[in-house]
Amino acid sequence: MSTLSEAFLQSFQLIFYLDDTLVEVVLLSLSVTFKAVSLACFIGFPLGTALAVLSFPGQKTLVVLFNSFMGLPPVVVGLVVYLILSASGPLGPLGLLYTPAAMIIAQTILVTPIIVAHSRQIIVLLAEEYDETLRSMQATRMDIMCTLLWDSRFSLFTTVLAGLGRAFSEVGAVMIVGGNINHFTRIMTTAIALQTARGDLALALGLGIILLVLTISINALAYWLKSTWERHSYA
Amino acid sequence: MSVLKWVVLTCVLVGYQVQASEDFILLQSTTSTQNSGLYEYLLPGFEKTHGIKVKVVAVGTGQALYNGSRCNGDVVIVHSPEDEKIFVESGYGINPHDLMYNRFVFVGPRSDPVGLKEEHSLQGVINKLGQGLAPFISRGDDSGTHKKELSLWRNENVWSRGDWYLEVGSGMGATLNIAIGLDGYTLTDLGTWLSFSNKSNHEILYSGGAELFNQYGIILVDPEHCPNANIEKANQFLQWMISPEGQQLIARYKINGQQLFFPNAKPKKIQ
Amino acid sequence: MHKTRILDLSEFSEQKNKKASIICSSLTFQKGEKTILSDLSVTFPRNGISVIMGPNGAGKSVLLRTIIGLLTPNSGCVLLNPEYAGRTALVFQRPVLIRRTVYGNLHHALGIAGVPRKERRKRIEELIAIGGLTGFENHPARSLSGGEQQRLQMVRALSSNPKLILLDEPSASLDPQSTLAIEEIIKSTSEKGVKLVLVTHDIGQAKRLADDVTFIHKGKILEQNISPDYFNSPSTPEVKSYLAGDLLV
Repeated sequence: MSTLSEAFLQSFQLIFYLDDTLVEVVLLSLSVTFKAVSLACFIGFPLGTALAVLSFPGQKTLVVLFNSFMGLPPVVVGLVVYLILSASGPLGPLGLLYTPAAMIIAQTILVTPIIVAHSRQIIVLLAEEYDETLRSMQATRMDIMCTLLWDSRFSLFTTVLAGLGRAFSEVGAVMIVGGNINHFTRIMTTAIALQTARGDLALALGLGIILLVLTISINALAYWLKSTWERHSYA
Repeated sequence: MSVLKWVVLTCVLVGYQVQASEDFILLQSTTSTQNSGLYEYLLPGFEKTHGIKVKVVAVGTGQALYNGSRCNGDVVIVHSPEDEKIFVESGYGINPHDLMYNRFVFVGPRSDPVGLKEEHSLQGVINKLGQGLAPFISRGDDSGTHKKELSLWRNENVWSRGDWYLEVGSGMGATLNIAIGLDGYTLTDLGTWLSFSNKSNHEILYSGGAELFNQYGIILVDPEHCPNANIEKANQFLQWMISPEGQQLIARYKINGQQLFFPNAKPKKIQ
Repeated sequence: MHKTRILDLSEFSEQKNKKASIICSSLTFQKGEKTILSDLSVTFPRNGISVIMGPNGAGKSVLLRTIIGLLTPNSGCVLLNPEYAGRTALVFQRPVLIRRTVYGNLHHALGIAGVPRKERRKRIEELIAIGGLTGFENHPARSLSGGEQQRLQMVRALSSNPKLILLDEPSASLDPQSTLAIEEIIKSTSEKGVKLVLVTHDIGQAKRLADDVTFIHKGKILEQNISPDYFNSPSTPEVKSYLAGDLLV
């Protein structure tokens, strides 16, 4: 099909001429995604570790819930965040709706369960191995959790990548809470949706190719960082 | 200590996104005006001369009015006069104006299996489509275009829907993409169609008269209902849009030499 | 009911108990249908190296884990001399070193033991010298040989300055040279007044190290005696045949 070849041509042109709008959209995509995933890790790693190490009433229920929430429908999350941030909603006075902050919040909600569930899975395995040793050292729960978290850091990299993947490619939630406002809340995925609606399939696909290339680059970079760090510090 | 550090970092992370800037207004708009590229043509001039940034959220007319009623916007541009009336009467909007118009048109495959090309009346078009010889794609999303389409069926008393009638619940662009994919017919506003790039083998098969008139309106959000609305700047925007300058710009916007919107600004009379 | 508790001093005031380090009273431990410790009562003396012997599956490892609180007995209780409160350590047969360097492992253990950051470096240097691990500081702990790993585990156990160390067959899978190194650390630690309880299969090792020996069979104590007497004049047929190298079934 000519649309396909045209799409490749479009994406090359966009990259080659370093289209201003493209740069802006890409930077915002990266910024929103990285912030959302950082927040999700900040919440998700301790939570995942706690779920792996502590046993308390309702712990199993929480595990099942977080496992299920990995598949939260983005549109539903978007809608809920929209209602909460809406001017007449409970957090309306903050004026966050249709800002990058709203998109970060929505994506954090989407990514956190992934971080929690995956990190719990990874840490449970290490906890089994370390359990007797750490307890015989009279380690406190906090000691145990910190040790496990630090010693799993290389395995947790994959978890972060899974979160990045989800956030970077997501469109449903950010469209609703961000509004796809030009120069302000337009990111790669919403731009693709817009160009599809305009019937400019080649440009939409071209942007899609760039998105894919970016995703691959991020993953390659992360992989390289991980192995360098691992080599320097040892697992 | 380090926990505190993290908390501060997190606040900064999210916090600096929240710039309390009063120099913008939020426009809740129907998609056709955005998809046709009208705003990209109009707004830079206004933003420059008035120093007011206009942020456009483009959704269906129904959603745009709903967002406005929840105070998530300062001004709305939509195309469904009935709903605009209700919006103002319900105390959500003030100062409603007609802004511009164009037409709705029926598009379908060039081969025209239903035979709309030979039709010269809207009634004939509706009757032929109602026979179900080819798929008809309906927006089904409570948008201005969807409401217009529903009113056509109702007027013509063709309400027997078969599997030829597909409600897709999507925006105009997505609906056109589906119609093209299925070799089906659909109703679209002229602006979206003219600016739509993926026309494939589809073309306008019927563009009728006054019955397919498509009037766009502009309304300010009622500051009594939404005290936080940036009403002064929104009004500057409205006044500019209906001013001779704004109206001339609207008339000058063309794609492939064809005019998309026809200015006809005047205050709406709503009791 | 959980029953590992620290005695208060008054309970240790009796003449007999003052000389005790650990008192196990009627310990029963069941794993599923199997009874591993069966109403076991034993008192370990305050001083020296106590050795626990017995055939495989006698319940030696379970006893150690119960003493230190890793396992909770079904009934009975363990009393530790109050001077050991929070100052115990356990050395496993197979060391589980964490995924860090030799230095990192010791730094981590000192952190858990609550040693201030500033003092750790000096302490680590001492420990590394004791373990004969000089030059290995920045090696990944898990890349060390079996003997080196066991020595690291030993000095890691020492990092918290424990008063009571339980050792579960620490040299079971080591070559003679490494075994010797471990035994040297055990002896020098004991000389510093640390109480050690050592589980071993190695009769020679028991003879070299033990001040007293406790023999466990099928979850019960069969015999407890000071070292030369235990080896020279065993009183039960089981210990006799065990020392003679027969298999106990």
